Amino acid sequence: MTMPYYVAPEQVMKDRAEYAQKGIARGRSLVATVYDQGIAIVADNPSRTLHKISEIYDRIAFAGVGKYNEFDQLRVSGIRHADTKGYAYSREDVDARSLANLYAQYLGQVFTHEMKPLEVEILVAELGTGTHPNQLYHIAYEGTITDEDRYAVLGGETEAIAERLEERWTQGWSLAEALRAAVDALAGPDRTLTGGDLEVAVLTNGNGRRTFRRLIDDELQALLG
Amino acid sequence: MTLPLFSTTEDPGPDFAGLIRRLQVPLHPTMGMPSGGAASGGMPGGSAGGAEFRHGTTVVALRFADGIVMAGDRRATEGHAIAHRAMQKVFPADRYSAVAIAGAAGPAVEMVRLFQTQLEHYEKVEGVVLSLEGKANQLSQMVREHLPLAMQGLAVVPLFAGYDVTRGTGRIFTYDVTGGHYEETEHNATGSGGRDARTTIKLGYRADMARDEAVELAIEALYEAADEDSATGGPDLIRGIYPLVATVTAEGFEAVPEDEVAERFASLIERRRSEGRQP
Repeated sequence: MTMPYYVAPEQVMKDRAEYAQKGIARGRSLVATVYDQGIAIVADNPSRTLHKISEIYDRIAFAGVGKYNEFDQLRVSGIRHADTKGYAYSREDVDARSLANLYAQYLGQVFTHEMKPLEVEILVAELGTGTHPNQLYHIAYEGTITDEDRYAVLGGETEAIAERLEERWTQGWSLAEALRAAVDALAGPDRTLTGGDLEVAVLTNGNGRRTFRRLIDDELQALLG
Repeated sequence: MTLPLFSTTEDPGPDFAGLIRRLQVPLHPTMGMPSGGAASGGMPGGSAGGAEFRHGTTVVALRFADGIVMAGDRRATEGHAIAHRAMQKVFPADRYSAVAIAGAAGPAVEMVRLFQTQLEHYEKVEGVVLSLEGKANQLSQMVREHLPLAMQGLAVVPLFAGYDVTRGTGRIFTYDVTGGHYEETEHNATGSGGRDARTTIKLGYRADMARDEAVELAIEALYEAADEDSATGGPDLIRGIYPLVATVTAEGFEAVPEDEVAERFASLIERRRSEGRQP
């Protein structure tokens, strides 16, 4: 009979965290920021059809980085949760905070109990109303949840990107300013990103009930200047 | 509540009705009794369980050059009594389609809510919008699933119309209680006053009408229906309650402003008086 090796729990967690971080760092990054009319989300994503950013509910958007199949499953379950809740109660009762908590619980659960942690980092953004401010919930692979009210950076090289964004960040900036700063922050000093390399969406009032909108083609080009 | 996650074999896909059945949300009209009760636009004087249904409602839809017009009266009846004077029977189903209901009010409104959620759910999960034909089929399935309740006297008969973005034209679908759906080429009306409304539209209808003419004709049809059918409400000038009219075109669903509807009714009555006809 062979004896199982003893592995210290600290080591197990460290290994898992490292594994997840590596997976996430391999992918491209994403930036979300608040601007004067709402929330803008910018992803470094050349695909037109495999989205990293999508609509969850009237005022809630989802964004994910890392392994596509894993965050897409989370995206769909978020839509299911929101639509079911809105149908059973009322549309007003669907909020980002409770959804972000569910995501955090699930990611934490998988991280501690499953063989393989999810290699994803996700963002739940909610457009504010008169009484509620805009909210960005950033949830990491192990279930850590942080709420931001200015900007959030997901993916690899987050520190460098956040530093570049922090330099330019101004309270109440316009969509065009916010987008240019976000794109420059994502690109860094050595690369340039054009409209074709980006996936951009906003949560903004003026579209009626559903506030999520993708910015594509000419509209995006005009904003990027 | 926990995050609704499913194994690959159990996954309901983009089907919202299938999802809430799996999650056992007890609100689906076919699961247990309808939640809205039977404050109904149906069966004036008729008892649930009878074979003959009448729907106390008139809803009409007609095609015009740029899309479709849909309109519905506001009265709900409970037996011979008026249950509600300002009921909404015309709803946006999504950006490019509209649905109108006739029949038992509780399950009908619930069906519309489910249908609206279903279309939006599909769009969000799949990332693309269902085709107009696909939407019509979805509604058909919901009506079909409702058949057992319809047999008990709580029939729901919707009218569905929208703008087909790929074909660039308005299309209208009518339904029966079994869930059969039939595409109309020009116009249709359903509910207890449907017959009178259909006749009026048939007499005034021309191909490729302008928006204003189509709205006018829909209003006239509802006016005639309300005149003949006790379960259809006409323009309520005293309370200022008017039928709901909406258009769906390439620009999407758009409700005709209440002021415009009121004005059109007023001028319709005025015109008839001045022509020496009965208003």
